Amino acid sequence: MTMRYVKNFGIFWYDFIVGDDWTIAVGVVAIMVISFLLEQVGVPAWWFFFLAICGLLFYTVKRAARD
Amino acid sequence: MTSDVLLLVGAFLASAVEMVEALTIVFAMGVTRGWRSPLIGSAVALMVLGVIVAILGPLLANIPLSPLRIVIGGLLVIFGLQWLRKAILRASGYKALHDENAIFAREVEEAKAAGPGVASGMDWYGFTVAFKGVLLEGLEVAFIVLTFGTSHGSIPLAAAGAVAGLVVVGLVGAVIRAPLSRVPENTMKFAVGVMLTGFGIFWAGEGVQVEWPGGSIALLAVLLLVFGISWGYVLLLRQQRAAHQADRLGSLGVK
Repeated sequence: MTMRYVKNFGIFWYDFIVGDDWTIAVGVVAIMVISFLLEQVGVPAWWFFFLAICGLLFYTVKRAARD
Repeated sequence: MTSDVLLLVGAFLASAVEMVEALTIVFAMGVTRGWRSPLIGSAVALMVLGVIVAILGPLLANIPLSPLRIVIGGLLVIFGLQWLRKAILRASGYKALHDENAIFAREVEEAKAAGPGVASGMDWYGFTVAFKGVLLEGLEVAFIVLTFGTSHGSIPLAAAGAVAGLVVVGLVGAVIRAPLSRVPENTMKFAVGVMLTGFGIFWAGEGVQVEWPGGSIALLAVLLLVFGISWGYVLLLRQQRAAHQADRLGSLGVK
């Protein structure tokens, strides 16, 4: 009974945050890590951060349209 | 100042669009099963949402801004991209438009089929469906209020925008006594998706130490660019869809 509630609770938050396409969540985390590393080595990362997010949006939309 | 207005508008639109959906469910319950229980269910859900914001708001406010922006900015980008993805697919015809009339009709059928279910003066079916509808739609608004509010440093401002959205939709619903099917819901969802993604990009970027050219003015540029690029995707997908349909008709020999 408790396990079922824990599982349902987990499923609810997974759906709420990750949603239909897990590649969005993974992509955003990857883009944030790369941007952080670029800034650490002295490369301005604002352009990469913005373009990579727009690229991720294009990828996920195209993927959904193809499916 | 500009970012205050954008924050207020973003919270208002997000709240209004979610409340249109919640109102459809409450209205379907009220029309089919009587108003008392769905209204009590909605009020309890709003109280639960208020408690969530009241507890989490001060907790989040005590976390240092930089790690908070990493987590909250990241969540906002993820959340915003999900909204925007659906909005782009709807606007380009790849996903059915959100239709409040159809949802209302389905809820009414289900409510009729559920039977009487009245015990001790309370219709628990009406209560539960309304409670669940308002709570689930409202959770997204609570999430937006908390993330917008803490990242911007003003939960009350974000909450004011959300409450204004709730009040406006509630009043309009009470006056017209029908699901708000004429509200440009899909357009509003597109706008909310742009704002969530734009704010998320800006704050998550700051969280991972990205320095935006022009400081906070860049937020406006980011929002405009996200809008322009998203609309470009809509146009591209529309063209692609039209080409696919022409190909399919061609292969079937239809001129």
